[in-house]
Amino acid sequence: MYDINHIYEATSVEHAVQLRVEQPQAKIISGGSDILISIRAGEMAGCDLISIFGLDELRGVTLDEDGTLRIGALTSFTHLANDPLIKELIPVLGEAADAVGGPQVRNIGTIGGNTCNGVTSADTASTLLAHDALMELTGKDGVRLVPLTEFYLGAKKVDLRPDEIATAILIRPESYQGYFGHYTKYAMRNAMDIATSACSVNVKLSEDKKTILDARIGYGVAGPVPMRTPSAEQAVKDKPVSADTVEAFAAGALEDVNPRTSWRATKEFRLQIQGELARRGLTEAIRRAGGKVS
Amino acid sequence: MSQIQYKAITFTLNGKEVAASIDVRESLADMLRNDFGMTSVKKGCEVGECGACTVLINGVPYDSCIFLAIWIDGKEVTTLEGLMDEEGNISDIQQAFIDEAAVQCGFCTPGFIMSAEHLLREGKRYTRDEIRKELSGNMCRCTGYQNIVNAVEKTMEKRLEEKEA
Amino acid sequence: MEVGRSAKRVDAFDKVTGRAKYTDDLSPKNAYVSRILHSTIAHGRVLHIDTTEALKIKGVVKILTCFDVPDILFSTAGHPWATDPAKQDIADRKILNEHVRYYGDDIAVVIAEDYVAADRAIRALKVEYEEYPFVLDPIEAMQDGAPVIHAERPDNVLGHSNITIGNYEEAIKEEGLIKVEGWYHTPTVQHAHLENHVCYAYEEQGGRITVVSSTQIPHLIRRIVAQSLGLPWGKVRIIKPYIGGGFGNKQDALYEPLCAWMTTQIGGHPVKFDTSREETFVSNRVRHAMHAHLISWLRPDGELVARKMKLYSDNGAYASHGHGVSQKAMGAVPQLYPCANIVTDCWTAYTNKPVAGAMRAYGIPQAMFQLESHVDDIVKALDLDPHEFRQRHCMPVGYYDDFSKNELYDDSLRQTMDKARELMDYDRKHELYKNQTGPVRKGIGLALFWYNTAVWPISIETSTCRLMMNPDGSIQAMIGETEIGQGFDTVFAQMVADAVGVKTEDVHVFTNQDTDVSPYGSGAYGSRQTYVSSFSIAQTGKLLREKLLKHAHDMTRMPVEVLDVVDGNIVRKTDGRVLMSLEYMLTETLYDMKRSENVAAESTYSVQSNAYSFGVSIAEVEVDIPMCQVKLLDIVNVHDCGQLINPALAEAQVHGGMSMGIGYGLYETLLIDEKTGRVLNDNLLDYKLPTTMDHPDLKAGFVENWEPTNPFGTKALGEPPACSPAPAIRNAVLQATGVSVNTIPMSPHQLFKDFTKAGLLESEEERKLRRKAYEELKDTVIHVTDEPETTAVETKSPDLQSRGNE
Repeated sequence: MYDINHIYEATSVEHAVQLRVEQPQAKIISGGSDILISIRAGEMAGCDLISIFGLDELRGVTLDEDGTLRIGALTSFTHLANDPLIKELIPVLGEAADAVGGPQVRNIGTIGGNTCNGVTSADTASTLLAHDALMELTGKDGVRLVPLTEFYLGAKKVDLRPDEIATAILIRPESYQGYFGHYTKYAMRNAMDIATSACSVNVKLSEDKKTILDARIGYGVAGPVPMRTPSAEQAVKDKPVSADTVEAFAAGALEDVNPRTSWRATKEFRLQIQGELARRGLTEAIRRAGGKVS
Repeated sequence: MSQIQYKAITFTLNGKEVAASIDVRESLADMLRNDFGMTSVKKGCEVGECGACTVLINGVPYDSCIFLAIWIDGKEVTTLEGLMDEEGNISDIQQAFIDEAAVQCGFCTPGFIMSAEHLLREGKRYTRDEIRKELSGNMCRCTGYQNIVNAVEKTMEKRLEEKEA
Repeated sequence: MEVGRSAKRVDAFDKVTGRAKYTDDLSPKNAYVSRILHSTIAHGRVLHIDTTEALKIKGVVKILTCFDVPDILFSTAGHPWATDPAKQDIADRKILNEHVRYYGDDIAVVIAEDYVAADRAIRALKVEYEEYPFVLDPIEAMQDGAPVIHAERPDNVLGHSNITIGNYEEAIKEEGLIKVEGWYHTPTVQHAHLENHVCYAYEEQGGRITVVSSTQIPHLIRRIVAQSLGLPWGKVRIIKPYIGGGFGNKQDALYEPLCAWMTTQIGGHPVKFDTSREETFVSNRVRHAMHAHLISWLRPDGELVARKMKLYSDNGAYASHGHGVSQKAMGAVPQLYPCANIVTDCWTAYTNKPVAGAMRAYGIPQAMFQLESHVDDIVKALDLDPHEFRQRHCMPVGYYDDFSKNELYDDSLRQTMDKARELMDYDRKHELYKNQTGPVRKGIGLALFWYNTAVWPISIETSTCRLMMNPDGSIQAMIGETEIGQGFDTVFAQMVADAVGVKTEDVHVFTNQDTDVSPYGSGAYGSRQTYVSSFSIAQTGKLLREKLLKHAHDMTRMPVEVLDVVDGNIVRKTDGRVLMSLEYMLTETLYDMKRSENVAAESTYSVQSNAYSFGVSIAEVEVDIPMCQVKLLDIVNVHDCGQLINPALAEAQVHGGMSMGIGYGLYETLLIDEKTGRVLNDNLLDYKLPTTMDHPDLKAGFVENWEPTNPFGTKALGEPPACSPAPAIRNAVLQATGVSVNTIPMSPHQLFKDFTKAGLLESEEERKLRRKAYEELKDTVIHVTDEPETTAVETKSPDLQSRGNE
């Protein structure tokens, strides 16, 4: 039994926004796998909840007319991992979703709820970041689009206003077309774990597969929020596909990451892994793009 | 202190339509155990980590300990009790767990069988590694998972054979 | 023959249908719930607990504190009672403690109508502590000036033992000896059975307390509950339903004394205590972490001349099973590799940490990691072969230990090694994996283990079996030995079936041990139950057969000598004719108007023997050095546990123990915050219990040498499988990388430390080269900043280069 005071169940997005305005003290619950655990731990005893679990209109992956990939905020990780559009257009995102926890957790966890938690370890966050994703937020004044790079304000803090709910995550066609990516979740066991370090790399190669036109890298657990490493990306832009370029990429990544020592892992260890993840991530992304690192 | 909030819900439990007035604070696991006597739903961690509380909701496995009871409104829930028919015959996967010595203390068994049942209903052929992945949300300390994977694999092969026949 | 057959488990049907009831499933609907307030300091005294705000919370029934409990010190250890006070366990705690000795100690309890009320009340309790300094390391705890944890033992030492053979100091003077030395560390791990400990208690018959509990040891719990409350033992009744695993954690009085006491404080009303998973990690029991310093002196050909070991065992805050665990660990050392000159010492020390108690194999997984890792270190130093060294020097056939009277009747170690080598293709792979290079390498490793059966002569071994015939020829079987998930009820039924002459399906086992009904049994531990119970089963079966054959004689006029009980029938041996069914005979006998008899037999057998139970693990790994990860590719355990009573269940037991050994070697460790003594990873996410995806297929093999001391030729199997996987994996990593990892688990964090020390990770040279490549590329690119764009080439200032190294 959870120490909850009152649950308000939203019947539509508009209703959810209205509840947000009427019940400013209430917290949103989408899949519940984070909030219910906090309640059980006594952190939110006696709280009010606004449940958006019933908003089926926020579940699913579609393609807008302009080619923008629209992922409903309540889409489960299982759905993402199996979705045909995702598999066709941005398979690395499906692979990242498939790395979350275990089957039961993937069934209940939602990409919107998970992203709005603002944690650096979220499996899909680094991939979304590395594809310049946008958060679609709906509030009393209408719809607001926020680039994911600006959505994270700090550890567990996101730019979600008190009257808003996240309704979708968008990826523009220019952000995914022609790119090939690879996600590695580095954790202490192969399931039911949170990343100790996570790295999503994607590349766009020239026609002859010998030059890197663009490379993007998103890290999880390399800093307080999911992050890109521009030093790595700039180091390899327009450079030849080669082992040296891969080394430069890894070195660039290590310039920008900022892992800390905690009881879970030391900074030195994280750096060792993060460098290796960049190296292997780029090599694999290049391979998927049809290139070959000499 | 404020009043307890109740919600009237109707749902299908193991094939039967039921109605209940639920304290909104209850988890699905609590409701199934305490209000409906479905004691096969076990609590091992109450944070959705061990899978002992796994049930099928509209055929999909969920950890019922972190699923609000009120969310079950209008849905179908299957617990282990629901795999036995009215005459007391058990399903093939239950028999396989017996035959393959996949049961020891038995506490993880209900959750595993429900996760396995979902996999089996997909009607696909999974490799052993894929079976392990489908069961990776269920923990066991007694069996090393070996005979559990064997039981699921054998049942999968039998169902596929019957389908192809 | 029922024994030797893979009979289906007698409880499997109920478990796969959800009908099997565990403790919480049986809890009365009107039972109150309870929550414990745990100490938030590692060492100190509770001065005052303010309950005012907590009592105001709606739904709270009663709040009890450490100041309310009976002033009785008791021991929680799950050992049979010793009538000799010198042999009794250390009684060092009360039901709730005022002097708190670890972060997580029990200081107060809230009884409430539901958990929301109970949790709110717990949060509303205000505690005033006087804090003392604390110590978290057993070796530090033994030093002068360390905080004293229990006044009765000012040096914090619960026990010290020594084994001296020959003359170490003299022996090491021999010329040309090679010294191999190392420290080996094993972690604190927890049993992590899927069902947390739970119990509920109520009073009946005016003042008798019943506790229904998830326990391995109902009769021992009865005694401990009675002692903790100062009651005669007959006033307490313990019932054990199906339980969801124990592995030694539930071989202790965890919360039954508290639960029993609570019900007496609320007029006998039912009250339940359900341990949360977090409490299971912190406030139950853990495995003793051990640190061993081993020195071996050898001749260049590998002959072991002298050996010295110092072993330090971390007991945590209260005694529980205490020094016995490290004594057992140390006891294996002179035996597994006999040597003429050995001096070993072991100490068990209190620390301000979670309490260490019994855990599967009781000190031997620790000892085997130490000994078997050390053997491979010896083999590395002397350039010998790990398999040949063990073949030559491990315990020989005929070895005899005077204290335990154990004798190695068969060449178990060499036979199991041979079988395991065959199953794993060890010889070829060991050769193939020598001298690898590259970032990803494979290795194969071997480790033996020593174990024994039950606890005689250290402690009493006794079993009482009661068999009652039903009129239909089936048997109601009762015994003190408990089903805790391992399959005891099934092998019990099989052994009874053979001892009497019926089918296994006709033996109905009374599974819910109830101390009001079941004969005394010490419970499930020490891998004792199959071995020990087989004596009382054989003896009682014989007594029952005598009665059955006497009745058969009366009814058939055939001499007893030509009669037999076979498959539930009275059979004439001379021509095999079935003369009548037991059903017919027993119905007539029970309803006989003049001489009715309920045919039954009961007897106690006092066991005074023990038996070695040995085996081996071989593990194959792939090590990704830059990623500091070990992938376990393949692993086998081969056991000599005598005749297998039920081969399928035996194999399943081995799988489970291997799983625990894999967790021990690669994944599990309970972490403590040095600053506060608080457990950091008290949950199944941060405590890395391995999942389905962290196991390869597990292989089990057996060498069945009939155990001469036992009526069914069987001996220990419950604990042995957990003893050797960890060192086998460690030795495989050694072959793959050349690195001796002497601390487990071999998690990526541990490997990072060891690989860095060994120079296997990116050297400074390599890092410089990589940085050079980056610099060259970087300097030809526009650096993206917030400032207005500048043109191409810029030389970067030295400051930017150090940005990644905060």
